[in-house]
Amino acid sequence: MSTGPAILHSAREVAERRAHSPHTSMFARMLVRAAMLRRGRAASALLAMIVAAAVATAMMNLYVDVQAKLRNEFRSYGANVIVVAKSGEATAQAATAGSAPSLPQDAVTKIESALGPQTLAVPFAYAVARTSDGQSIVVVGTDFARARELNHWWKVSHWPAPQIDARLVGGDNAAPAPPAEALVGIRAAAVVAPKREPFDLTFQGKTIHLAPAGLLQTGAAEDSRIYLDQTEFQSWTDVSPTTIELAINGSPEEIQQGINKLAAALPGADIRPVRQIMEGEANVLNKTRATLYASATLVVLTSALCVLATLIGWVFDRRRDFAIMKALGASERLVNLFFAAEAAALGVIGALIGFLIGIGVAAWIGRVNFHAPVVPRFSVFPYVLAGSVAVALIAAVLPIGLLRRVQPAIILRGE
Amino acid sequence: MFPRLVYESFRRQTRRKLLAGVAITLGVAVATAMIAVATDIGDKINRELRTYGANLVITPQEDTLDVEIGGVNLKPPSDGAFLNEADLPKIRGTFWHHNIVGFSPMLPVAVKLRTSDGDKNKGDKSDSAKDVTLVGTYFNKKLTFGKEEFTTGVRITHPWWKVEAGEGSCGGGRLASLPRTESRGPGRVEDSAANVNAATSPESGDTSSCGWPSDDSQNVLLGERLAAKLDKHPGDSLDINNQQFQISGILSTGNVEDNQIVAPLAVAQQILGKPGAVRRVFVSALTKPPDALSARDPKTMTPEVYDRWYCSPYVDSIAYQLQEAIPHSHAEQIRQVAQNEGTVLTRIKGLMLLVTLAALLASALAVSAAMATAIFERRVEIGLMKALGAGNLAVSAIFFAEALLLAFFGGISGFIAGSLLAHQIGRSIFSSQISIQPVLFPIIIAIAVFVTFAGSAAAIRRAVKFDPVFSLRGQA
Repeated sequence: MSTGPAILHSAREVAERRAHSPHTSMFARMLVRAAMLRRGRAASALLAMIVAAAVATAMMNLYVDVQAKLRNEFRSYGANVIVVAKSGEATAQAATAGSAPSLPQDAVTKIESALGPQTLAVPFAYAVARTSDGQSIVVVGTDFARARELNHWWKVSHWPAPQIDARLVGGDNAAPAPPAEALVGIRAAAVVAPKREPFDLTFQGKTIHLAPAGLLQTGAAEDSRIYLDQTEFQSWTDVSPTTIELAINGSPEEIQQGINKLAAALPGADIRPVRQIMEGEANVLNKTRATLYASATLVVLTSALCVLATLIGWVFDRRRDFAIMKALGASERLVNLFFAAEAAALGVIGALIGFLIGIGVAAWIGRVNFHAPVVPRFSVFPYVLAGSVAVALIAAVLPIGLLRRVQPAIILRGE
Repeated sequence: MFPRLVYESFRRQTRRKLLAGVAITLGVAVATAMIAVATDIGDKINRELRTYGANLVITPQEDTLDVEIGGVNLKPPSDGAFLNEADLPKIRGTFWHHNIVGFSPMLPVAVKLRTSDGDKNKGDKSDSAKDVTLVGTYFNKKLTFGKEEFTTGVRITHPWWKVEAGEGSCGGGRLASLPRTESRGPGRVEDSAANVNAATSPESGDTSSCGWPSDDSQNVLLGERLAAKLDKHPGDSLDINNQQFQISGILSTGNVEDNQIVAPLAVAQQILGKPGAVRRVFVSALTKPPDALSARDPKTMTPEVYDRWYCSPYVDSIAYQLQEAIPHSHAEQIRQVAQNEGTVLTRIKGLMLLVTLAALLASALAVSAAMATAIFERRVEIGLMKALGAGNLAVSAIFFAEALLLAFFGGISGFIAGSLLAHQIGRSIFSSQISIQPVLFPIIIAIAVFVTFAGSAAAIRRAVKFDPVFSLRGQA
């Protein structure tokens, strides 16, 4: 505004720049200016896009991740695979004699090295001992820390404290050593220690003095058993574990693979899946996934339709721009390209922002409902992007097809 | 004048009104379907969780200790107390009997199995005997309580038990199909338990030939592992305690029963010599996840709290009622099944609730976007009204009245469509109906009206504020 030559100079410059600039520059300018001039409408279209993309991302993320999350919950049902020493049907009879076919001592370590640290393996050794008044009772040696982790449903009044080494050396009948702590099933307690007093058990002439640490209640066979620490149990009875209960995490195929690996690692053992647990899990999981799938489809469809409606309104609203461009001599192809590029840009930006928000929403749902974050799946992004752009393109092309038949003059007259 | 304006607006702009109406219908339909599914999913999943088997067990009150390892009981068979089989139908007389999906009695008996006279003939000693456990139970037994007839047994309570029949006995020896535990009737908890029995009983006629022995026969099921060891097949006969029994099928459970023989209850009672005796009863019941109230001891409750506890289908209160119904019994929850049900149920319900919120949000946005577009398109009309002297209030009133009408009709049609959708989802996923509570209808309509109003409000405000001169000139 200050001096004439400056304006002239700059005007010439601008003209020069425009003359030499490639065709796309004008195109890009039109795109940007169109969005800037109708900020409100563009923003509402973009908002619809973002919401749709976010909802779609969150639903897809959840759908992919929910299976893993629910599987985790299902592991609280306990073991889904059981490893027993071969010819295991004789265990009960053999247990009284103390000569049960047992698993190799390093079976648990072998299992853990074969399946990785996520697998929980709990050894169990069984023996039938006699109480001081001559009743038979099943005594089980196990690893309390692992059993506690595997069997969440065990209702235990007090878990035995970790064993102190000195006590092991102390021997069974040594008077100064405090009695070993045992977990007593609620029905067994009524027989051996109704007042929770220390009691004696005899196995093949060897007596052990035990103090009930806590009561165990499960409503199943465990109620009439007494649980001891494995090392304590072994030094008393010389019986090593005959059964290992495993909780393998994963899909049925992964579990089958695990079983195959175990069969190779432990040739002397019989490995079988617990059908009750596996089938129940598969059943509930499939139903939940199917419901989630149906809901996700509904939600994504609704939001896609919402975007479609908003965008069609937006493009339709701009029939004046369309008419002016055509009146100024723009080719049909150029006009189509212009609207398509506009829609695609909207789709890409919407998908990007929506994806980020969607991941946040999925993570929040994971935290609130499963107390574990949903891992963001970037593999979902291409689908969200493709879907967003596709919806935007449809929304742009549909009204253009309708407008093409109308003369620009009629639109410009405002009819 | 006001009703005429609204009426004419609907009459003349049918296409636009239809579009907005469709958007509302769609949004409301999705919302209805999702709310219906989310409110009913607990029930449905609860039923699916019954595939985990029984969650309650009834034992005699003065029972001796079980000396059991790996499914083999070392307790002398006649030792301990028994329940009376005649008392079992009383389970159907308890307060929550509609929630009891099924029950199966168990009577394990130690038997001697003569092995060497089979077709394999591995030894010359013809009297070599093998100790195995035979379990007597109901497979699919018809019982009556009062006037009510029902069927129950392991085919309902232990759905993972599979029986392989011999070749030729049912369509080339295919696996016997599992009985479906979910109902086909109305999906309400109260009705559906009764329908389970109604639904499975017609099947019993044609599938019982597929390996499952009938409850009044002398046929037995042989555990898979035992069968492999003995090299026995369906149709072979089995020598149990010097009595011949026919194997009707090979049982596979993935559990201790694989090494046992499973027979009709009457057979086990006859071997034991105690007619009417039952060692324990497994009960499969639909329960409510435990909460603060369920954990309390019924003895310390005030009468009101006790009534509330008694009338809630907690696993503890059902156990308490079973104990009342069957004399000299002790009922307890099987914690492995009962305790975990609650967590799984809560997680799935929570998930569906959150997804429903997302669905509600998406449909609310769809409706408000449609309304905003519809109003924006009518700037010229608003300009004309204002130019003719209409106040902002009058113009807004017309638009809000239209939105109200649209929301109302869209809400009704959306509710119907959503109900159908929910029905379809229930049908295809859970093969049972999803019940729609009538109380949902006013709630849905209220939500539809609210969302439509909220969606239109911003657009109406903007449209009303616009200078009529510009809108009439067509410069928006």
